[in-house]
Amino acid sequence: MKLIENITADIRCIVIGVSAGGFDALDTIVTQLPLAFSLPIVIVQHRIAENDGYLAQHLNLNSATEVKDVIDKEPISSGIVYIAPPDYHLLIERGLYFSLSKDDKVNYSRPSIDVLFESAADIYRQACLGIILTGKNQDGSLGLAQIVAAGGRAIVQNPQSAKAREMPNAAIKKVPTAIILNLLEIASYLISLDTKQKSSC
Amino acid sequence: MELSEIAEIEIDILLDAIRRRYDYDFSHYARSSLKRRINGLLIKEKLDMPYQLIPRILYDEEVFNRFLSELSVTVTEMYRDPEFFSNLIESIFPVLDTYPYFKIWHAGCATGEEAYSLAVLLKEAGLLSRAKIYATDYNNKSLDIAKQGIYSSENIALSNKGYLKAGGSHNFSDYYTEHYDAIKFNDELRNAITFAYHNLVKDGIFGEMNLIICRNVFIYFDKELQNNVLRLFNESAISKGFLCLGNKESIRFSILKDKFNTLSEANSIYRKKD
Repeated sequence: MKLIENITADIRCIVIGVSAGGFDALDTIVTQLPLAFSLPIVIVQHRIAENDGYLAQHLNLNSATEVKDVIDKEPISSGIVYIAPPDYHLLIERGLYFSLSKDDKVNYSRPSIDVLFESAADIYRQACLGIILTGKNQDGSLGLAQIVAAGGRAIVQNPQSAKAREMPNAAIKKVPTAIILNLLEIASYLISLDTKQKSSC
Repeated sequence: MELSEIAEIEIDILLDAIRRRYDYDFSHYARSSLKRRINGLLIKEKLDMPYQLIPRILYDEEVFNRFLSELSVTVTEMYRDPEFFSNLIESIFPVLDTYPYFKIWHAGCATGEEAYSLAVLLKEAGLLSRAKIYATDYNNKSLDIAKQGIYSSENIALSNKGYLKAGGSHNFSDYYTEHYDAIKFNDELRNAITFAYHNLVKDGIFGEMNLIICRNVFIYFDKELQNNVLRLFNESAISKGFLCLGNKESIRFSILKDKFNTLSEANSIYRKKD
C-alpha cells in the first residue's frame, strides 16, 4: 500500500465544474475547508453575467479560505479558491497563471468546464484532480476524461445526492473509473489529501 | 516523450513558419487559448495534427487568412460593459474637456462597434469635434467592416439598452439610418474615426495619446507580450494620459504596474503617472 502511495503523483491543483444547483454544492464543500488548506482550487460555475462577483463574495465571507473571481494573468497561489468570472472562459497557462478568453461558447456555456479542464490536464498532467458536481448539462465530462488520460484523478458527485443528475451521470459514463462521493465526502477527501501531501514533504 | 509534448513542438514549428512566411508572430499569445484556436481551425480544415497545417499555410495564403480570422477575435458589441462607458463619461470626459484638442487610440478595435459607441458619447458631451480617434487592428477584414460602419440590426435592441445604461442622453437611433436588416452610422461619426492597420505585437508607438482604450485584447497575450504592449502604451500616452483595459484585465500582474495610478479597479481604468 505504501508503495502505491509513493508512485502516485502529488496533486498540485484541483479543478471543479458545476452548473445547476452549484451555489449550495459549492457552499457545502468550500465552507468545510480549513484556513491551512494549501492546494489551489479552480472552479467553473455556470452563471449569468448579472451575478458578477456575488458567488465569490458569499463563499469568501463564509469560509476560512480566500475565495475570489479570477483576473486575467493572475498567478495561481496555494490555498486560494478561484472562480471563473461570468462570460469568460478560464484557462491555465504554462507559467502557472490564468488567462481568460471571450471565444465562442462551448457546450452552450462560457465559462465552459471542458475548456478549464482541458488546459488543467495539459499543464498539470498527473498532478491534477478534476471534480464534477451537480448540473443539468454535459459540460465537463470530456475535460474530466482528458484529466484522467493525462494521468490525473477524477471525482464525481454521487448523482443520487445531486440537485441535478445529468452532469454527474454524463461524467461517470465518460469516466467510469471516477471516484463517486457525496458533497461532504468530497470535502473530507480534499482535506485529507491536502494533509497527507503536506506531511509527506 | 509524451504525445502532448510532441504536439507542443509541432505548434512551435507552425508558429515559426507563420512568422517567417507572413511576418505575424503569435509565439507570445496565451498558449492554452492559442491551442484551442488552432484545434478549432484543424477541425474546420479537416486535419488531425498541427503539423499538417504547416505546408498548407506556407503555400496557400487563403489558409493563412482563415488562420488569422480564427486567431483574431471579431466578436464584439456596442456598449459591452455599459458601466465602463458611464465611468468614462464621469471620470475621463471632464479631463478631456480641458484640452482644446485631444487624441484617442482604440487599440484592437476589431469590427469597430466600440469605437462607434465611444464616438456617440463624445458627440453627446460636445467633445467629438475636438477629438481625433484612431482605431486600429491587425485584421484588415475587420477594419473594412469597421470603416463602412454598417452592422446587422439584429442586436440593435441590446445596443440601445447598453447605450441608455451607459448614460446616453438622446435616442440611439439618431446616430444611424436603418435599411432592411442593417444599420449604418452617420457620416459625422464615421468621419471622426480613422481606422488603420496596427499590429500591437510588432508595430511602434502611436504618439501623444490622451486616452488609450484596449479592451479584451490582453487576455489573448502571455505575460511577456502584455508587458511589451503596456510599455508601448506607456510611451504612446501623454503625461497623465488615461489607459482603459477590459473589465477582467489588470495591470496588477505586470512589471509596469507602477507606471500608472488606478482610477477604477472594477472598470480597469488607469492614469499614467507622469
